[in-house]
Amino acid sequence: MLLNIKNLHVSIGGKEILKGFNLGVNEGEIHAIMGPNGTGKSTWAAAVTGREGYDITEGEIWYKGQNIVGMPPEERANLGIFLSFQYPVEIPGVSMQNFMRTAVNAKREYQGLPPMSMIDFTKMMKQKQAMVEITEKLQNRYVNVGFSGGEKKKNEIFQMAMLEPELSILDETDSGLDIDALRIVANGVNQLHNEHNAFVVITHYQRLLDYIVPDFVHVMYDGRIVKSGDKKLALELEEKGYEWVKELKL
Amino acid sequence: MDSNPKENIIEEVTNKDYEFGFVTDIETDFIPKGLNEDIIRLISKKKEEPEWLLEFRLKAFRHWLTLKMPTWAHLTIPPIDFQDIIYYAAPKQRKEKKSLDEVDPELLATFDKLGISLDEQKKLSGVAVDAVMDSTSVKTTFQETLSKHGIIFMSFSEAVKQHPDLVKKYLGKVVPYTDNFFAALNSAVFSDGSFCYVPKGVRCPIELSTYFRINAANTGQFERTLIVADEGAYVSYMEGCTAPQRDENQLHAAIVEIISERDAEVKYSTVQNWYPGDKDGKGGIYNFVTKRGICRGDNAKISWTQVETGSAITWKYPSCILKGDNTVAEFYSVAVTNNYQQADTGTKMIHIGKNSRSTIISKGISAGHSQNGYRGLVKVVPEAANCRNFSQCDSLLLGDQCGAHTWPYVECGNDSSILEHEATTSKISEDQLFYCNQRGIPTEKAIGLIVNGYAKDVLNKLPMEFAVEAQKLLSITLEGSVG
Ligand SMILES: Nc1ncnc2c1ncn2[C@@H]1O[C@H](COP(=O)(O)OP(=O)(O)OP(=O)(O)O)[C@@H](O)[C@H]1O
Ligand SMILES: [Mg+2]
Repeated sequence: MLLNIKNLHVSIGGKEILKGFNLGVNEGEIHAIMGPNGTGKSTWAAAVTGREGYDITEGEIWYKGQNIVGMPPEERANLGIFLSFQYPVEIPGVSMQNFMRTAVNAKREYQGLPPMSMIDFTKMMKQKQAMVEITEKLQNRYVNVGFSGGEKKKNEIFQMAMLEPELSILDETDSGLDIDALRIVANGVNQLHNEHNAFVVITHYQRLLDYIVPDFVHVMYDGRIVKSGDKKLALELEEKGYEWVKELKL
Repeated sequence: MDSNPKENIIEEVTNKDYEFGFVTDIETDFIPKGLNEDIIRLISKKKEEPEWLLEFRLKAFRHWLTLKMPTWAHLTIPPIDFQDIIYYAAPKQRKEKKSLDEVDPELLATFDKLGISLDEQKKLSGVAVDAVMDSTSVKTTFQETLSKHGIIFMSFSEAVKQHPDLVKKYLGKVVPYTDNFFAALNSAVFSDGSFCYVPKGVRCPIELSTYFRINAANTGQFERTLIVADEGAYVSYMEGCTAPQRDENQLHAAIVEIISERDAEVKYSTVQNWYPGDKDGKGGIYNFVTKRGICRGDNAKISWTQVETGSAITWKYPSCILKGDNTVAEFYSVAVTNNYQQADTGTKMIHIGKNSRSTIISKGISAGHSQNGYRGLVKVVPEAANCRNFSQCDSLLLGDQCGAHTWPYVECGNDSSILEHEATTSKISEDQLFYCNQRGIPTEKAIGLIVNGYAKDVLNKLPMEFAVEAQKLLSITLEGSVG
C-alpha cells in the first residue's frame, strides 16, 4: 500500500480538527474526498505533507512502508508526496524557472543524482508546459505573481508534472476553473496517472469526477471519513447534499 | 538557451563559513603604530609623493585633530584607539619590479584563491582589475588595451607619479577633507586605491574593477578611489573586497569620488564582503566609508549599485550631487545583516540642476541579532525646478531578534518638483516557506531563494560577473539565520 493512514488525530492550536481519520491508498488508484466546508480536508492534506503547526496527537501515516509522522516536509516531498494547494502562494522576484530548477535539483540531490543540465531542464519545462497548455512564456514569470485564479491552478498541475510524484493530493484544484481549464487540468492528471502513482482529489463538485474518474469516493465530516463508496456516491451527494451525511455520523 | 542566465545561478551553496578568511604568509613592510605628523610624512615619503600631496595630507590631519567621531548613526561603536593602528603596510615584493608582470607569485596565488585572476592570458571575461593588498596596488591588468583608448586606469600612487595634474585637479573636489571625521582621516593617511580617467567621448570597452584585500593584522585600510568620466564618456566600474578572519576589529575608512562631466555616465557597482565577525559578534571590519559622485555637467549620469553583506559595522552613504540640468542619479542597494552585524547605510541625492531626476531603491534584510538601517536625504534647492525623485525603501525581517529602521529625510525647496517615497516592512511568510518545502526545497535554500527574489530589482542592476557572486553571497550570509 502506498499510503495508509491510521486513526489520525490532528490539532491546530490545541483545537482538535481531525478526529480519527483512516484511509488506505494503493498504487494506481484515484480517490476523491468530498465534504462540507470546514470539515478538515485541507487540514488532512497539511498533516500528510508535514506542515508545521498541525500537531499529530494520535495515529500514524504510513507512506512507502515508513511512518512519516515527524518527517520534515521537504523530505516527504522528495519521497514523492505532492500537494496542489487550494491557495497557491506568490513569491515575488523568483522566476518559475529558478523555482522549478531549485525544486527539481533538490529532489535529485536527495536521490543522489547530479543536478539536471540546463538544456535538459529547459526541454522538460517546455514539454510539461505543453501538457497543461500553458502557452505563454512561464519561465520568466515570478511564482504565481499576477496569475489569474485559473492560471495558478494550472501552474500547480504543471509543477506536479515536473516533479513526477507518486502521491498527488489535489486540494480543490477545480475550484474557480472555467470549463476549458477544468478539462486541461483533468487531462494533465490523466496523462500523468499510471499504475505506479496515486491521486487523492479533494473537491466539492461531481463535475470534476466526470473527467478524473475516481476508484473510490469518501465523504468526510467533522474530522473523519463517514462514508466510502465508488463514483456513484459522488452523484448521490450531488443530488442529496450533505444533510444525510451529517446524520450518518450520529 | 533562451533563458536569462542571471536566473539560473542559485547553485549549491555549501560553504557555511566566510570563505575568504585565510591569511597570506608574505613578508610585509610595516611602519610603526600610531598617528602623528611624522607618520604622515613617513607614508608620503614611502610613496615618493610630491610636496603638494604631503601638504594636502597634513592639512587634512590638522583638521581631523579638531573633529570628533560622529555619533548620529544608529550604531553602537566601541571606542577606537586611533594610536593603536598601523597606518601603512605593504607586501614586500621580492625585488624591485621591472615590469608589471613581475609580481610575487605568492600574491598572484592569493588573488587566484579569491577568484581574481591577474593573468590576462587566463582571463575569459574582459574585465580590467586593479588588485590592492593592504596599502598598495599589486597589479593592474589590461593597461595596454585601455591606453589605446586613452583611458587611464592605474593605482592611485602610480597616477600621482604619471598624471599629477589630473590627480591634483580632481582630488578632494567631491569629498573635501573637511567633509567628515573619516574623510579627514582618510585624506591624511590614505595609502592606495584606483584612479580612472576616461577621456572625452570615449566609451570604456571593458569593465574596470578594483579588488581590495586586507591581509596584515592590526592595520587599517584607507584607500582612495577617483573616477572621472570626461564629457560624453562612459565607464562601468566594480569594486570588491575581502579580509581574513581575525578576532580583533579592523578599520576600513575609504573615500570614493566620482566626477561625471556633461553627457557622461558612470556606473559604480560594489559587492562589499569584508569579514563580518563571527556568530557571537567577535571581530570583523569597521567599514566607515565616504562615497560621493557629482553629475557636474548637463545630462550627466551616475548610478551606485551596492550589495552589502560583510563588515561588523557599516557606515556608508554613497551620494550624488545633481549639479547639471537634466542629470540623472540612481542608488540601488541591498544590505544584509546577520548575527551581530550593524549597518547604517543609505544615500543623499542633492538636486541643484533643473529637471534632474533621482531614483533610490533600498532593500534591507536583517536576521539574527543584527541592526539594519536606511538613512536617506533627498534635497531639492529652490532653483532646481521640475526635479523628480522616487524612493522605495523595503525592509525584510528574518526572526524577531533583529531590527530594521528607516530614516528618510526630505527637503524640497520648490513647488515644481515631485518627490515620492514608498516604504514597506515585511517578514518571510510561513506560507511561502511551506510552499517551497512542499516542493522539496529545504528551508535554508528557500530563504535564499525568497531573499534573492526580494532583492531582484537591485541584483538586476549589477554587471553579470557580480550578479552571480552577489546571489551566492546573499544565500551564504543568511545561512543559519532561522530555526
Ligand atoms: N490555522 C488554523 N487555525 C485555527 N483553525 C484552523 C486553522 N486552519 C484550519 N482551521 C479550522 O479547521 C477546520 C477545518 O479547516 P479546513 O481548512 O481543513 O477545512 P476544509 O474541509 O478544507 O474546508 P473547505 O472546503 O472550506 O476548504 C475549520 O474549522 C477551520 O476554521
Ligand atoms: Mg480546504
